[in-house]
Amino acid sequence: MSQEVENIQPSYPLFRNDEYKENLSTKREAYEERHPQDKIDETFQWTTTEEYKELNFNREALTVNPAKACQPLGAVLCSLGFEKTMPYVHGSQGCVAYFRTYFNRHFKEPIACVSDSMTEDAAVFGGQKNMYAGLENAKALYKPEMIAVSTTCMAEVIGDDLNAFINNSKKEGYIEQDFPTPYAHTPSFVGSHTTGWDNMFEGIARYFTLNYMEDKEVGSNGKINFVPGFETYLGNYRVIHRMMKEMGVDYSLLSDPTEVLDTPADGEFRLYAGGTTMDEVKDAPNAINTIMMQPWQSVKSTKFVKNTWKHDVPKLNIPMGLQWTDELLMKVSELSGKPIPESLEKERGRLVDMMTDSHAWLHGKKFALYGDADYCMGMTKFLLELGAEPTDVLCNHANKRWKKAMEKMISESPYGANTTVHISKDLWHFRSLVFTNKPDFMIGNSYGKFIQRDTLYKGEEFEVPLIRIGFPIFDRHHLHRMTTLGYEGAIYMLTTLVNAVLEQLDKETRGMGTTDYNYDLVR
Amino acid sequence: MALRQCAIYGKGGIGKSTTTQNLVAALAEAGKKIMIVGCDPKADSTRLILHSKAQTTIMHLAAEAGSVEDLELEDVLKVGYADIKCVESGGPEPGVGCAGRGVITAINFLEEEGAYDEDLDFVFYDVLGDVVCGGFAMPIRENKAQEIYIVVSGEMMAMYAANNIAKGIVKYANSGSVRLAGLICNSRETDREDELIEALAAKIGTQMIHFVPRDNVVQRAEIRRMTCIEYDPSATQSDEYRALAQKVITNTNLVIPEPCTMDELEDLLMEFGIMEEEDETIIGQTATTEG
Repeated sequence: MSQEVENIQPSYPLFRNDEYKENLSTKREAYEERHPQDKIDETFQWTTTEEYKELNFNREALTVNPAKACQPLGAVLCSLGFEKTMPYVHGSQGCVAYFRTYFNRHFKEPIACVSDSMTEDAAVFGGQKNMYAGLENAKALYKPEMIAVSTTCMAEVIGDDLNAFINNSKKEGYIEQDFPTPYAHTPSFVGSHTTGWDNMFEGIARYFTLNYMEDKEVGSNGKINFVPGFETYLGNYRVIHRMMKEMGVDYSLLSDPTEVLDTPADGEFRLYAGGTTMDEVKDAPNAINTIMMQPWQSVKSTKFVKNTWKHDVPKLNIPMGLQWTDELLMKVSELSGKPIPESLEKERGRLVDMMTDSHAWLHGKKFALYGDADYCMGMTKFLLELGAEPTDVLCNHANKRWKKAMEKMISESPYGANTTVHISKDLWHFRSLVFTNKPDFMIGNSYGKFIQRDTLYKGEEFEVPLIRIGFPIFDRHHLHRMTTLGYEGAIYMLTTLVNAVLEQLDKETRGMGTTDYNYDLVR
Repeated sequence: MALRQCAIYGKGGIGKSTTTQNLVAALAEAGKKIMIVGCDPKADSTRLILHSKAQTTIMHLAAEAGSVEDLELEDVLKVGYADIKCVESGGPEPGVGCAGRGVITAINFLEEEGAYDEDLDFVFYDVLGDVVCGGFAMPIRENKAQEIYIVVSGEMMAMYAANNIAKGIVKYANSGSVRLAGLICNSRETDREDELIEALAAKIGTQMIHFVPRDNVVQRAEIRRMTCIEYDPSATQSDEYRALAQKVITNTNLVIPEPCTMDELEDLLMEFGIMEEEDETIIGQTATTEG
């Protein structure tokens, strides 16, 4: 029963030995009041039917995994993208523990973030005192050069006013008057992690530029601003740097956490690393224009940049896949007057070559996907470009205008004839769709693995494998370092997709003497 | 003229909503473009302007539609007498939920949907009773109401409340630009009421901007769900509201209040004979010992 020091086993395979099997089944019989297996199977089968799907889609008062996270999580990611910035969450401690673990598990990195631990008394009297002590301590202990403040539900419900609280803290001398403290109200019960990112970015832009616009002139610094939005693929930040350098375009990437979320193990712990500097933010209104990489998720930031910085913010889509990357680069070229260099043209050519090479395998393959608004749109667009057929696209936090835009885009491609777009739906709805519409693959974050398990339980021929592109990815390593934007991103996604198709085909054709006539060496 | 945002506070039942709506009607009559934002779950801040029982509130509509994001501005904004724009934030039934959060949600919604358009001269927030939580302070946060008027009468509890509200204003005034703009005395016909309120105003560093006498025409108008201004423009009471409106238009006396201590307030009340001097010898004495 006990483990041996020389051979310590995790739960699997340990629980598969006879002793454990017997023990667990005795426990089940004696204490768990388990339903008989045939009853469980009957119910399981019922949950995979069209009838159940109808019921599921009429569900009114319950959400089962909404495939989104809450606002302050996004605010923290945004803050991490600025130089020597400590994300500070005004509210309860448990929330911050959650943000930190969530990012730990995805990035496999320690995440710096503090809370001012509001408790019962703060809920009654307001969190001003927590803010006094919190700002003073955070600054003294972690020596940041900026503290970016967001809020949890608790502070929002009692109506704590960040502007007043932060100003009072300065007036009372807990931190210096000129210490940078941008802030954003991020109630978790409104919107999603992408709204929180947007709010925090707007808060930072507002803090450093709103009252300093007199000496600013659009175009005077000759740069182009890029606002990434809630972005967890580190390669997506890096690819912007690379493409702009190759084009010779001067630019500012506003929020760039690539260094701090990917620190080397060289013996030195880095609490802060890299990030957009304050000077870059202050100078941002002087740029030629600002490009929102994820426009559907950057509504508030767009409004601020238009109204205050007086940038017209070109109408672009997330640069995912071929056409939308083309559009981004052409727009940058137009704005900067710099031609698209040969290196990028060549990269594009390689992508097109790969697309034609793999075309035969991806053509007509059916994919169901879920995730954030801009990601879903970009991924759908790329699938259509590949000749693959999206069956269902699900985004919980997107609005009706997004749905309309999606439907318009889909209607323009023959491969979108059988695509349905879902908003305000969750992963339990998605599970029903995977059973009834039988896509060949799912594309999404790690949570999809449970749906894959369920489809396999129905029978091998029903299994719908999960392709992991999205956030969070907790159960595979290092994928967060990859790229999904630009030609480079399309190359990664194409590679991932086509090899998933080929893996699956190998799996189905390796039956000795039954299907192995098609178990080919060359695909 | 730049948009001026004013919040009206005061003890519950003092006549805030009636005074606000009559004041607003008088301002509109003088050609000002106005929006009223009711910040009270009772939603009675706009009924005299709209001639309705109670306007359907933002929170009510949001609950029906599923979320605030599903609402459009035209769903919640109604236009009443003299083109006054009316909005009610709304909130939960007594005893449940959080009304303060309702106010925050409603005002954020109005901002995001562009309700504060450039044509407006005034926005008035009619806020419930005392400032009991952060939510009810929403109208006086940065970039919102910068002028606070407190409706008060010569009754002890009303003056207590006014002083307490002044304390709340100090908290926000020190970190922002919100200021106390004056006390509006809504007469209850107590003795020397005008002098008393003027004395209180002086004590907390502000002014009694106007003394609104009591007149039954206001009640007669209310039964008809109208402001006095609309119901009977020729009434002398209507002129009182017009006078108040003119004083608000030209008001530049905006201060950070200096609320007084309880002792000071009690001294004032004693001076005016509203409160008797405390006889400390009787404290804690039962009927038998007093014999």
